[in-house]
Amino acid sequence: MIEVKDVSFTYVNGVEALRGVSLTIRDGEFVAIMGQNGAGKTTLVKHFNGLLKPTRGEILVDGVNTRKVSVATLARKVGFVFQNPDHQLFCETVEDEVAFALRNFGFEEKTIKKRVAWALNLLDLTEYRETSPFMLSGGERKRVALASVLAWNPKVVILDEPTIGQDQKQKERLRQFIIQLTAQQKTVIIVTHDVEFVAECNPHVVLMAQGEIVAEGGAKQMLTNPDLVTKASIVPPQITQIFLELADLGLPTDLIDIHEAREALLNFLGVNS
Amino acid sequence: MSVFDGLRFRMVSSPIHRLDPRAKFFFVCVMFVIAVLFNQLLPLIVLFLIQMPLVFVAGVQREWIRSLRGALFLAVMIFVINFVFAYLSPGGIQGIEPPVDTLPEYLMLFENSFALTLRFVVLIESFSVFFLTTSPDHLGLALEQSHVPYEFCFAFTTAVRFVPVLAEEAQTIMDAQKARGLELERGNFIKRIRNYIPILIPLIVNAIRRSLELAETMESRAWGATEKRTNLYVLRLKKPDYVLVMMSILMLVLAVYVRLFLPVPPLVVILQI
Repeated sequence: MIEVKDVSFTYVNGVEALRGVSLTIRDGEFVAIMGQNGAGKTTLVKHFNGLLKPTRGEILVDGVNTRKVSVATLARKVGFVFQNPDHQLFCETVEDEVAFALRNFGFEEKTIKKRVAWALNLLDLTEYRETSPFMLSGGERKRVALASVLAWNPKVVILDEPTIGQDQKQKERLRQFIIQLTAQQKTVIIVTHDVEFVAECNPHVVLMAQGEIVAEGGAKQMLTNPDLVTKASIVPPQITQIFLELADLGLPTDLIDIHEAREALLNFLGVNS
Repeated sequence: MSVFDGLRFRMVSSPIHRLDPRAKFFFVCVMFVIAVLFNQLLPLIVLFLIQMPLVFVAGVQREWIRSLRGALFLAVMIFVINFVFAYLSPGGIQGIEPPVDTLPEYLMLFENSFALTLRFVVLIESFSVFFLTTSPDHLGLALEQSHVPYEFCFAFTTAVRFVPVLAEEAQTIMDAQKARGLELERGNFIKRIRNYIPILIPLIVNAIRRSLELAETMESRAWGATEKRTNLYVLRLKKPDYVLVMMSILMLVLAVYVRLFLPVPPLVVILQI
């Protein structure tokens, strides 16, 4: 469980990135943090593994104050996949890359081998085992970065902008993958601008603006509320936009799912599905 | 990074900032030459003090002190190495009859090592004043109008401009690797240096990648299409610039004269310690 208690954070250059943020993320929960650029999303999640320490307030990860332990200790529990894989890939082979963190955490060589094989298989990278990560495509590099974090089996997985630069097929795989992780009682936290992806995944949504949490709740409730969406400077999913436009016909406006939308339309037209 | 901070330009307006970069550069070169001409403490102290007013008029004390602090490690190294080696073979140092065994001789040795350290500090001081008060754009303009080929000027200004970008990127990479359990401060000296490999490789690879991208975007915007470039701003030497240049020449002549015809006694002798 991650407890954020009235946290404020100011960068060295004086930018106040977080202002009195309070939030609780339970084990096994799937949370999407959304909001415009500079809303403080990445700053907030960087607190979860101790990369940043709050200027005011405190953060407890499973009851442990992040101020009191090192990033390496927290990282064992909280895996963080950065937005740009090029900020972390440096090894000669994909295999070494995935083993890097395991070696840092002092796993035994035998375990490392097993874990690496498992993670590569999970992300469909086994054929690139001996390839240099620099020779892979953007999407593949992103998967290597993800594998390198999942390999040590952290309890919490944070994904910063996981859908950027991914095609539809990869996004769908990512969605399946997140479902799989949550089924294993892992906490998944994504930071994203991708409303369509969030609409498909239906997570718990936290909306942020100017360093504060505007609102939090179910994806449907958050993304179909015109006021909240405006406050967080995001655009509702296209399905919702259509139904918001058709509101004067008496159609429901709280839809984010294609199947629900189909039902609603067929109902309205008096056709039985 | 702090050495770089000392060279980072901040736009303010002061009489020093408004000076022509060519005049300032000439002054810096003269300082450089004079510093190399002397290895006695007295003239180097004078050189150090001469430049202090410039720092205060330009209002860059804080940055300037930071750059000196950044050079501290090297300065200490220079002092220690000079002291140790001059002690082992003190031939050629004024007032010392080897072996070094009396207090005045130790003092002389100290003064000599300190003078050579101060020489380094003076060089850092003058370059730092130059870079702190000259915008990269003006510098490029000055190079261009000194008939340096445009390609070189452009490469130079681009390099300067990307220093802060690289510094920021290095920070992100450090965070990304720390999130994978890398502990920079752990292990003995060799291990600590090796710890930086996972930071340096992504940094270098990204820099190369970025430079290729930059080249492509420049080509696609017709870089170098016109043979003869003209500038909106043309640098012209004004009265204060001529004054600075004249003063620099005077100082140079004076310094050469002193060096050739006047013996400079060590401070120890002057103060009769």
